Amino acid sequence: MNKYLVNLTINDIPVSVPEGTTILDAAKNLDFRIPTLCHHEDLCVAGNCRVCVVEQIGGKALTAACATPVSEGMQIHTNSALVRTARKTIIELLLSEHNSDCTKCYKNGNCELQSLAHEYRVGDHVFIDLVGTRKRVIDNLSPSIIKDDSKCIRCQRCVRTCSELQGVSALAVANKGDHMKISTFFDRPLVEVVCTNCGQCVNRCPVGALVEKTYVEEVWDAINNPNVHVVVQTAPAVRVAIGEELGYDAGERLTGKMVTALKRLGFDSVLDTDFTADLTILEEGTELLTRLKRALVDKDTTVALPMTTSCSPGWIKFIEHTFPEFLPNVSTCKSPQQMFGALAKTYYAQKKGLKAQDICVVSIMPCTAKKYEANRPEMRSSGYKDVNYVLTTRELGMMIKQAGINFQNLEDSHYDSIMGESTGAAVIFGATGGVMEAALRTVYEVVTGREVPFTNLNIVPVRGMEGVKEAKVKIEGCLPEWSFLEGIEVSCAVAHSLVNARDVMQAVKDGRAHYHFIEVMACPGGCLGGGGQPIPTNNEIRNKRAAAIYEEDAGLPLRKSHENPEVKMIYEEFLGAPNSHKSHALLHTHYIPRKRY
Amino acid sequence: MSSIKIELHENQVKELVEVCRSFNNEAGELINVLHKAQGIFGYLPAEVQEIVARELKVSVAKVYGVVTFYSFFTMVPKGQHPISICMGTACYVRGAEKVLDEFKRKLKVPVGETTPDGKFSLNCLRCVGACGLAPVVMVGDKTYGRVSPDGVKEILAEYA
Ligand code: SF4
Ligand code: SF4
Ligand code: SF4
Ligand code: FES
Repeated sequence: MNKYLVNLTINDIPVSVPEGTTILDAAKNLDFRIPTLCHHEDLCVAGNCRVCVVEQIGGKALTAACATPVSEGMQIHTNSALVRTARKTIIELLLSEHNSDCTKCYKNGNCELQSLAHEYRVGDHVFIDLVGTRKRVIDNLSPSIIKDDSKCIRCQRCVRTCSELQGVSALAVANKGDHMKISTFFDRPLVEVVCTNCGQCVNRCPVGALVEKTYVEEVWDAINNPNVHVVVQTAPAVRVAIGEELGYDAGERLTGKMVTALKRLGFDSVLDTDFTADLTILEEGTELLTRLKRALVDKDTTVALPMTTSCSPGWIKFIEHTFPEFLPNVSTCKSPQQMFGALAKTYYAQKKGLKAQDICVVSIMPCTAKKYEANRPEMRSSGYKDVNYVLTTRELGMMIKQAGINFQNLEDSHYDSIMGESTGAAVIFGATGGVMEAALRTVYEVVTGREVPFTNLNIVPVRGMEGVKEAKVKIEGCLPEWSFLEGIEVSCAVAHSLVNARDVMQAVKDGRAHYHFIEVMACPGGCLGGGGQPIPTNNEIRNKRAAAIYEEDAGLPLRKSHENPEVKMIYEEFLGAPNSHKSHALLHTHYIPRKRY
Repeated sequence: MSSIKIELHENQVKELVEVCRSFNNEAGELINVLHKAQGIFGYLPAEVQEIVARELKVSVAKVYGVVTFYSFFTMVPKGQHPISICMGTACYVRGAEKVLDEFKRKLKVPVGETTPDGKFSLNCLRCVGACGLAPVVMVGDKTYGRVSPDGVKEILAEYA
């Protein structure tokens, strides 16, 4: 598409930008930052906060830079006296309704309103303070998310996130005028509505109105208790994002330093969720092959296909609410986090001579939905809560800072053993398409005895940020026992962001699409764009984290889950075979149909 | 409010589903559908909003947002005798607010709510066009003019 260039000046500096560019982005080209609140790159324009106003010479009123495209000959001033006064007034008005107890606020130090107030040196109250006239309502019933309306500036980023990216619309604008607020259905607590706990709204809320529920203090208590053996597991996407909390640019791979930091924090054993990611591939791959065999050989018409992945708890909650009729299609495999918890309190306990009740399992996850998942009543296969506490990448950053660790100077170290070994296939679980790629690497080889026919094992069609990706892999030259799959083209789909997952499932439901296997990740970009990842997260940052994940995979000696030596060992010593009786008891689960609205 | 389970009449539910269908189940018709729904049920409890959301394929939170935005939608059942006090300019300057205060005091409910026995509900109206009679109060279909705070007691007595 050939776009015309538009010429304008910003602060008297001439610039040419393609037609349709907003004033905000044109200014960015010249390295002028215009402050924003309601604007977010991932979302459509709302234009409701007006903090981005600029002056247009000859214009009647100030213009919202985020919502106005450039036009020929425009003369824009981003920092004139008029602009500064207007912005200051807007900030003061926001603060007059805002419960500004920054020192006690979870977002202190990472809050867009606080930075603006600081930047504009907002002083004493100019407007009548309305905070005291309102009842403070906090919803803290969810194990994942806290919603504090007294901090809300009504920018509606959360509402747009939940509907545009997630297709959930758990949040809407209710009431009007002075009473306007962000509300669920009948203002019910988030745990009682369709919310998937994905935390995408938390990641985009500019202030402290939507935050994760933190368990940092509980984890410190466990670490400081000499009678408790505290095991920590780290999800694949954390190692490529933790740097952003600690002064690095996006896309740094910091696995080794992160492991050292966790040891210094005092965890008794630093282990890897990647180990159970590899294990998931064997369990889930076997489940897929079993389902295919039942459908193709036994002609069993009750077998549910396509099979979908189950590692994203936001996706699980979504399908429970939205497509409960498809729950039999969801793999019965628990997520790697929960497999880890169940094994830590059984297998690991046995090997280390520990009692399950003396072990505390902490997870570091890019995700807020994992907090909810760990609390599900099904997740107690060890007889205890399998995973005790789930922290986000952000909370790990907080702990490292609290402990005064100079992260950048740390040496690299290795994960402990057992349950610390992993392959490249597990690392790519952190990116959209990664589970599919890992599964294909293993399943193809199990069935044919040969490596999956893609250069360097890189299954490129399932990578990247396209909302829905499709791939077909033709199975040829099967080993005798798998001959029923000879010539079959395995048809796969990969979706990330629940709005895309909904499209894929609707297509399956309407009979418009026919797949064998579907991977769904609730968050944009997969776990690397999870709700618990550093703020901000946007497309550029997601791409950098993804590149880091694929680099990490490419650099590892083992890149296929079935080659993980500790995985082989656990089957020999403990589980027997994939989908064995014991595997089913510890590593598989069931789902609950929930109300749609 | 939301904790009380309300049983809707099967016929009314059918009628509502029909209403949605008559608007082609279009999300854009949400406000019109809600209007009709309020006509059928008298008010819009959670259960009714859920049906509308399901039929029009919009989220319940969105429906709730719309219901709470427009003041002509109500989520509480009207009383047996709905009382409306005109707050148009003419009535207002002639003391409608004092009349309203008296109703609130006597019935012990705020505007927009219904007495616990379900007998009276209290609401404000924009001008009803009977300015000559200001201040005006309506109880059901019956209109009372030149109402003073002292007259409130007599009006309520009529429905005792
Ligand atoms: S939301 Fe931001 S401005 Fe408000 S109290 Fe918290 S840190 Fe301060
Ligand atoms: S909760 Fe946060 S994101 Fe949502 S409107 Fe309020 S301030 Fe904006
Ligand atoms: S956590 Fe996810 S599903 Fe829940 S309100 Fe936020 S964006 Fe919506
Ligand atoms: S950022 Fe432009 S109006 Fe809010």
